[in-house]
Amino acid sequence: MTTSTQTQAQTPVKPQPQTDPSAATTPGDLSAAFNRAPRSLWRDAWSRLLRNKAAIAGAIVILFFMFVAIFAHHLAPHNPLELNSGKGFLPPMWVQESSTGKAGSPEFVLGTDNLGRDVLSRVIYGARVSMVVGFIPTLIIVVVGVSLGLISGYWGGATDNLLMRFTDIVYAFPDLLFFIIVMTALRATAIGQFLNGLFLLFVALALVNWVGVARLVRGQVLALKERDFVLASRAVGSTHTRIMFRHILPNSLGVIIVAMAFLIPGAIITEAILGYLGLGLRPSTDPNDIFITSWGSMLLEGQTAINNQPWILLAPAIAVALVVLSFNFLGDGLRDALDPRLRE
Amino acid sequence: MTTYLLRRILWMIPVLLLVALITFTLMHQAPGGPWDRDLNRRQVDAATQEALNRKFGLDKPLFFNFEGGNPFDSQFFNYVANAIQGDLGPSYRQRGRDVQDILFEPPKGKPFWDSRFGYSMRLGVLALILAAVAGIPLGILAALKRNTIFDYAALFVSTIGISVPSFVLAIFLIIVLAGQLNILKIIQRDWSNPAAWSVPAIVLGFGTFAYITRLTRNSMLEVMGQDYIRTARAKGLGGRVIITRHMLRNALIPVMTIMGPALAGLITGSFIIETMFGFPGSGREYVTAISNRDYSMIMGTTLIYAVLIVLANLTVDIMYGFLDPRIKVK
Repeated sequence: MTTSTQTQAQTPVKPQPQTDPSAATTPGDLSAAFNRAPRSLWRDAWSRLLRNKAAIAGAIVILFFMFVAIFAHHLAPHNPLELNSGKGFLPPMWVQESSTGKAGSPEFVLGTDNLGRDVLSRVIYGARVSMVVGFIPTLIIVVVGVSLGLISGYWGGATDNLLMRFTDIVYAFPDLLFFIIVMTALRATAIGQFLNGLFLLFVALALVNWVGVARLVRGQVLALKERDFVLASRAVGSTHTRIMFRHILPNSLGVIIVAMAFLIPGAIITEAILGYLGLGLRPSTDPNDIFITSWGSMLLEGQTAINNQPWILLAPAIAVALVVLSFNFLGDGLRDALDPRLRE
Repeated sequence: MTTYLLRRILWMIPVLLLVALITFTLMHQAPGGPWDRDLNRRQVDAATQEALNRKFGLDKPLFFNFEGGNPFDSQFFNYVANAIQGDLGPSYRQRGRDVQDILFEPPKGKPFWDSRFGYSMRLGVLALILAAVAGIPLGILAALKRNTIFDYAALFVSTIGISVPSFVLAIFLIIVLAGQLNILKIIQRDWSNPAAWSVPAIVLGFGTFAYITRLTRNSMLEVMGQDYIRTARAKGLGGRVIITRHMLRNALIPVMTIMGPALAGLITGSFIIETMFGFPGSGREYVTAISNRDYSMIMGTTLIYAVLIVLANLTVDIMYGFLDPRIKVK
């Protein structure tokens, strides 16, 4: 008996009451319930999601930021690197500074920073980094985590043991400290400079987070492979591959999607924190670069002016909060929609 | 139980060794050495560097010594051996001070809790107390008044607290309290005043507060649906007795067990908040070490934090065993 199975034993899977949708209808309605067109699980989940206002609002905000990120070079009113000399520390256009007498101008909607760079344009370009940092490592994490989780849960054995040992190490290492160490140590190397340092961040994020997904999928597989429909499938002679990809994986997808929805904001926060420590994206000086500045770097640059020119800091802070909150609302909504039994 | 505990404790050793190995290997990839000075200052000459390397054993191989003699007479194993004895080596930047002195040594004539780590510990404890004192009652009330406006408000606040990172919250609070309302000084100089601690502690503890609220609420809801609550009602017990004796006792088990990791998380995770508020704790020291590239300091602090987290996770398992007899460790 290994430590891992003991950890499992401590959180017994509670039998969830299975809610039968037709049970709610009165006997008179039964014919209608039976005669309606069959709906797949996904259609059901989709319609439940559409009814969740917070989740839809979150999804709209996320789509908006994705749009901004993709078309940043068209949307930004100014070059985010352009130094408008003499126009530094301009407040947002609706603010009239009483102390300095500076008034915001419509030219710089959200004001300018210490070097006279347009805050709005920088926030728009920052969305790019946040979206990429949110999605790309998450994709890697899901692919690696799901494959290894499937293998480890289905076959057990050495992979399973290795996964569990690796988990113990990852859980002992404070993740943020790990990211900090990786980013400090390898910053000057070739990998650290690739993609303005973003590549290294992807790798670090993936290295830590795949374990959680693998554990999650493993748990799902362990529970699903004992179910009757899997047994039935095996009885009619399905191959292992078929059972894995036709039965177990589709039934775990809901959990995986929900996990993704919470991994993305986690990665965005990590980037913001690292940027704030000066360890995130390497600020670019080439206006043709795709990744020019990130919200984390903007927070760092605005930090010294927090007292007198708070708008420099406020704009990226609001952007981070908004995006992260939206992903959380969407994640909550997805969880409720995909697994109504878990609804709080 | 005893064998299980023993195995868990023994398992900590390879885990911590690996954490040390990863940190050590990564730190040696970083450019610069312990004797580098700022570029604009006079550099240590080669002969002195060599002598210093010999004195601190940095001329030895990194991992295994194949030059005859003891194969473990290498930089890594010597570091680990010294670390076990409480010696984390000299700081690369603060000359003449060892890492453990910077973290744990209070100023002359002051008690331990005036050390860097002591400050962070006190801030973490304060944040946890605030989070628990606010979060547990709020969670209980939200569960008892389920699906009322009260419940929704509690859920909304806890969703914000869980999702918005504490340093973003800190930015908003500093701008409002200090910039607009002038209630707070941005950088406190005098931390002997308890009022100065309140804002950093609230910001630091807000996420934990949100988590505790949610956990308490969900745990209460689960307990409320149990058969033994129905039994208690059936035998005619009053509402208050049921709530305090039957519900809370069971519902608070998961909340109690997360306290250890929550505290460890607050102590090790406070570095950004400490930096923002100029708080003289080990977290801010860590951030300074990062920007100064003080590798031994980064490594030592990481190890200390990892030990804290491993111990905290161990307490969860132990506490579960004691608090909930239903959970039997195999």
